[in-house]
Amino acid sequence: MSLLEVQNLEVSFVTRNGTNKAVDGISFSVDTGKITAIIGESGSGKSVACYSLLGLVPRPPGRIDGGRALFEGRDLLQLEERQLREIRGRDIAMIFQDPMTCLNPYMTIGKQLMEPLRYHRKVSREAARARALELLEEVGIRDPASTIDNFPHQFSGGMRQRVMIAMALINEPKLLIADEPTTALDVTIQAQILKLIAELQHKRDIGVIFISHDLAVVADIADTIVVMKQGKVVETGDRAAIFQHARDPYTKKLLAAIPTDSKPPQALQPEPLITVRNLCTWFDQGRGSEPVKAVNDVSFDIHRGEVLGLVGESGSGKSTIGRSILRLVPVTSGNVNFDGTDLTALQGRELKQMRRRMQMIFQDPFASLNPRMTVYDTLAEPLLLHRIENRKTVGQAVLKLMDDVGLARAFVRKYPHEFSGGQRQRIAIGRALATRPEFVVADEPVSALDVTIQAQILDLMQALGREYGLTMLFVSHDLAVVRHLADRIMVLYHGEVVEQGSGEELFTHPQQAYTRQLLQSIPGRSLLA
Amino acid sequence: MTSQQTIVDISQAEQGTSLWHDAWLRLRRNRLAVLGLVVLVLFTAIALLTPWIAPYSYQAQNLELGASPPSAAHWLGTDIFGRDLLTQIMYGGRISLAVGFVATSVALLIGVTWGAIAGYVGGRTDAVMMRLVDILYALPFMIFIVLLSVVFGRNMLLLFLAIGAVEWLTMARIMRGQVQSLRQQEFVEAAISLGLSPATLIRRHLVPNALGPIIVYTTLTIPNVMLLEAFLSFLGLGIQPPQTSWGLLISYGAETMEEYPWLLIFPGLALAITLFSLNFLGDGLRDALDVRGAKD
Amino acid sequence: MWRFIGIRLLQAIPVILVVITVTFFLVRMAPGGPFDSEKPVTREVKAALEAQYKLDLPLYQQYFSYLGDLAHGDLGPSFKYSGRSVNELIAAGFPVTAELGLYALLVALGIGCLAGIAAALRPNTPQDYIPMSAAMIGICMPSFLLGPLLVLVFGIYLDWLPVSGWGDIPGDKILPSLTLGSAYAAYIARLSRAGMLEVLNQDYIRTARAKGLPQWQVVLKHSLRGGMIPVVAFLGPAFAGLLAGSFVVETIFQIPGLGRFYVQAAFNRDYTMILGTTVFLSVLIVLFNLLSDILAAWMNPRLRAQYGK
Repeated sequence: MSLLEVQNLEVSFVTRNGTNKAVDGISFSVDTGKITAIIGESGSGKSVACYSLLGLVPRPPGRIDGGRALFEGRDLLQLEERQLREIRGRDIAMIFQDPMTCLNPYMTIGKQLMEPLRYHRKVSREAARARALELLEEVGIRDPASTIDNFPHQFSGGMRQRVMIAMALINEPKLLIADEPTTALDVTIQAQILKLIAELQHKRDIGVIFISHDLAVVADIADTIVVMKQGKVVETGDRAAIFQHARDPYTKKLLAAIPTDSKPPQALQPEPLITVRNLCTWFDQGRGSEPVKAVNDVSFDIHRGEVLGLVGESGSGKSTIGRSILRLVPVTSGNVNFDGTDLTALQGRELKQMRRRMQMIFQDPFASLNPRMTVYDTLAEPLLLHRIENRKTVGQAVLKLMDDVGLARAFVRKYPHEFSGGQRQRIAIGRALATRPEFVVADEPVSALDVTIQAQILDLMQALGREYGLTMLFVSHDLAVVRHLADRIMVLYHGEVVEQGSGEELFTHPQQAYTRQLLQSIPGRSLLA
Repeated sequence: MTSQQTIVDISQAEQGTSLWHDAWLRLRRNRLAVLGLVVLVLFTAIALLTPWIAPYSYQAQNLELGASPPSAAHWLGTDIFGRDLLTQIMYGGRISLAVGFVATSVALLIGVTWGAIAGYVGGRTDAVMMRLVDILYALPFMIFIVLLSVVFGRNMLLLFLAIGAVEWLTMARIMRGQVQSLRQQEFVEAAISLGLSPATLIRRHLVPNALGPIIVYTTLTIPNVMLLEAFLSFLGLGIQPPQTSWGLLISYGAETMEEYPWLLIFPGLALAITLFSLNFLGDGLRDALDVRGAKD
Repeated sequence: MWRFIGIRLLQAIPVILVVITVTFFLVRMAPGGPFDSEKPVTREVKAALEAQYKLDLPLYQQYFSYLGDLAHGDLGPSFKYSGRSVNELIAAGFPVTAELGLYALLVALGIGCLAGIAAALRPNTPQDYIPMSAAMIGICMPSFLLGPLLVLVFGIYLDWLPVSGWGDIPGDKILPSLTLGSAYAAYIARLSRAGMLEVLNQDYIRTARAKGLPQWQVVLKHSLRGGMIPVVAFLGPAFAGLLAGSFVVETIFQIPGLGRFYVQAAFNRDYTMILGTTVFLSVLIVLFNLLSDILAAWMNPRLRAQYGK
């Protein structure tokens, strides 16, 4: 018998605007010693389903409409809050997505760790502390004895997630629910945390539900995979079955969205469009403290028509390089030469003229559009500003842009909040291309989007890049995406270039230790050909 | 031909709903806020029209009548000089509302300009400007206003300005916070990378997005200012006879409340209803515009 | 932490200096001198009086001489009550005001926090609406209106409580404390509701629930500290407001406190008294602001650590 058997679970949210079925009759099971992954895009109901098992969905507006969830022979959905509380944190524990917000900032981690033990098992303070120290050691916190009385803000994101894991495991639960536990982390840290979860699960022989939006993340660790879409399970199978013989079209679409190929090499034009020499961008930290050297002595060329991929983890300075070239942040020293003009020396009118030739696509489609301007206003602004169109012709040009980026013309009077993330990113791309620029910086343009949408936007960018003859600096933390899109890749670490080369070279013969570490951290590496 | 076709195309487009429109729809569903708005419009209209619609002359005394309870001739009764209370309240309302609006406008003007400059320019300018605000913040305002009223007491206009000049600090902080957080938003960066001039950037991208919290806070500043005026007038340090305000009427009413309670209750009601309306409207706007509460 | 306190203390010095300077010159700008009132005095007497109070010196000399006296804690003689110094008058009035303020603060904190937390625990239910409507009434019912109304109802119609005085008849402290405290109880109720709601929506509260902790532990151990920080930070401004509110309450209930002295001094143009009281109250308010800031910072481990080094 399975450890947890969920049958026909139905959950809905009752709001003023009607009832919304979040989970629509799903069934799955989790076995002791196995990892069941639940995969789905945002809004698929994967998290709601798991939260509802433990009574963690606020009611109202949440409502459980039906189904059973048998855990060790008891139906969780029928239990009283008191009985559920005894199970929560003792028999079933959870890890959440964002370790920055999931730990109480006002309590030391030691206190938080000991809490489940003290509450459920009535262990003495000394014994609980000893156990907490053991677990911190086990999850890889260095020197637990001196850090146990620290507050969460004194730990990095990866370390906090380790603390969360220790807290979840302290009562030796039988089932662990991990809700996107690595999504907020850098790739190398993600790889470490995934490894840790798999190890601990194996050692303790517990069941795990691993919730994720990313099939690649669970490719190495899941035993069973449940694919959800719009509140329903579309396909269930073991890992091999899903990855090799997926039957459902949606699963196939998810699989196809994982970029696995490398862009075929093309001959570069000899003359670079952009040359960057000894670029330094430092940020002052106020009197007395060292400036943050976000970009430190970086030199490289981008050739006309080339897509240069810029890879690095958070804080590596990859976004700052793009912004420095575009003069969106003040450059400390160095030169940026754009088609014979030194950009760092430009001022006023001359700079405005150059801005027409270089544009940027931003990461967050929710923040990159002015919420008070319609699509028409947003797209017309650059056209009118640079006198590319006049008041009479601008309407037609806007509609043409909408066609180009794949937005229905009927939406031209709508506001950003009426669109989905993918559609918004299309608007943002349209705005960047409106002036027909030669050079575009794309700063993580797809990392805020669902995987299937990601693939669509990447395709669009590739097609438009060809059509407009764009030179592009593509900034991303995702090596697989960059390899798929870029002609050359540059690896950045702590503001300095570690290694550069074609995607093929980098993947097959990485020269630097850091590059190798990055490559090994790519989730679902086995999928990459 | 092309421009013709464009017009057709665009006119066939689905009309979007702007955030302002959304907010208006949300506000309309909030009954208390709508009620507040209606009451305020009504009170403002009455205040504007008072010289023409007041039932009695402001000065008219009837010493024979003296203080009389509400009756058919005097709906809200009369004061000890036999003056019609309704008329008094209407004239008092003119002053009280005027104080509220004028002083708040002063605060709005100074605060928004100050905050916008500090937030937009940033750096050392910002540090100096906000340091000044911090210092002023630490000053004991109420005590200062009492002091100011001693100095300027006979001059209504100066009193308004003084109150406004004290109330602008929070406005400046809110505006600065708004501008600062907006400046870091990607859409502002996008506008800069398009090559927009600072003036256009502020007008098209910053101001419309900073407006929500400012509107909400303005609505909530007016009752504060009105309270302040009433407080001063109650102490006898604000409005001087022969002019009157709600605070002054309440003060007189409190002196004789044992014998003539209506003289306290009706002006009190007028003030309380106005304050209620403004607060309900402010809260409603806060929810409708989805503004997070100001820290203080 | 000590560094934080040190920095804030240093920052308080210019504030206090600004207060003294602005007050001093503002008072001198006021029309009408202290000896213009009531019975006219002869020119010689007036000159003698002005010499006695150093009013014949150039303004800047008066200013520096005042600063010098102030440095010794001497606030000068009262213009109005000849023979009594401002120090004496403050010493007589302040204990009463302080006691009134303390009771009002207790009323405000007790009622305010309880109502706010109760409302935040069950938002959008009667448990939320009822205290929050009461808070709205409290905010829209200023002390100068609430005070007379309370007197009318409890003092006159019901005749349960004395309507004036301080410490003369048992129970005469109840109405003034309630009157002064209620508006702040309303503010604190709204602040603590907002603070608690914000915290209760945080991810770490979900973590606490996922641990299986019962509701009361989630509230007491995990929410209260974060939720109460805005209330603590509000204590400084609340204190300033209470002092100003005491002007009104002391007038209504005829309590011989500092507030009433101050208002009378303002009427009488008792320069040194206005000046002295303003300086005294300002320093008090600045210090109390400092205290509440320090307390709020201390409650936040991140801030504590930042200034700890």
